Amino acid sequence: MTSELVDFTLVSVALLGIGIYGLAVKRNFIRMLFAVEIIINAANLNIVAFGRFLPHSGGQTMALFSIAIAAAEVAVGLSLIIVAYRMYQNVDIADFRSLKG
Amino acid sequence: MADAVFLALAVITIGSAIAALEMRSLIYGSIALMGTLGGVAGFFFLLDAPFVALFQIAVYVGSIAVLILFTVMLVKRELIFKKIEDKRRKFAGIGLMLIIMVSLGAVFLDSGIKTITTDEPAPNFRDIGIDFVTYYWPALILMGLLLAGSVTGALVLAKREDVENDQRAS
Repeated sequence: MTSELVDFTLVSVALLGIGIYGLAVKRNFIRMLFAVEIIINAANLNIVAFGRFLPHSGGQTMALFSIAIAAAEVAVGLSLIIVAYRMYQNVDIADFRSLKG
Repeated sequence: MADAVFLALAVITIGSAIAALEMRSLIYGSIALMGTLGGVAGFFFLLDAPFVALFQIAVYVGSIAVLILFTVMLVKRELIFKKIEDKRRKFAGIGLMLIIMVSLGAVFLDSGIKTITTDEPAPNFRDIGIDFVTYYWPALILMGLLLAGSVTGALVLAKREDVENDQRAS
């Protein structure tokens, strides 16, 4: 164990920044999903790092829950992409202004 | 201070996160996203959490990234390569990213967590299993129901009503 807690938090901050950049700049629905995934991974990394240095098993348990819920979120997000693509023939979110059923 | 493995993992993770968002093709982008997710799994190994790392590899690299690849393949070819963004927004986004990184990084570097080190053994997977079946059991059941519900919801959402079953078979 040679790396310290602050190193892991700095990597996590970098991933968070990149994810927020992606969410703010990209207009492609699939790329925005990538950005959300990166942000979720930054959060998981932070949780596990703090759990390791406390040390407490709650961090890893919470990270496992978080990963499983992210899987559910991605399944629903991808099917939303497919539905929206079928309606508009595009993945540009500027075209999704009227998301009616 | 950080060692060589940590630095290599950090470069892989952050570099492929940037590549995932900036690559021209969405297919290469999703492969780069696999690199990010695998790099985070490597960090979990470094943090003595092999169970979480393997879960991350199985769920993220194994299923989510492949699911994303399949969705990308369902999208039209010219949309995969088209970049839709404007320049001013991009500069604003880079500024926002730098502000967040610098301010949060400065807070972390200035705070007391710099001095936190531990010599205690890491919590092993036995503790996690005990956590799951004792304190967190309602959450575990809820998580299973949520997964089942979301998969069903995804199927219902993506179902096509304009195509009949016999048409689908042919």
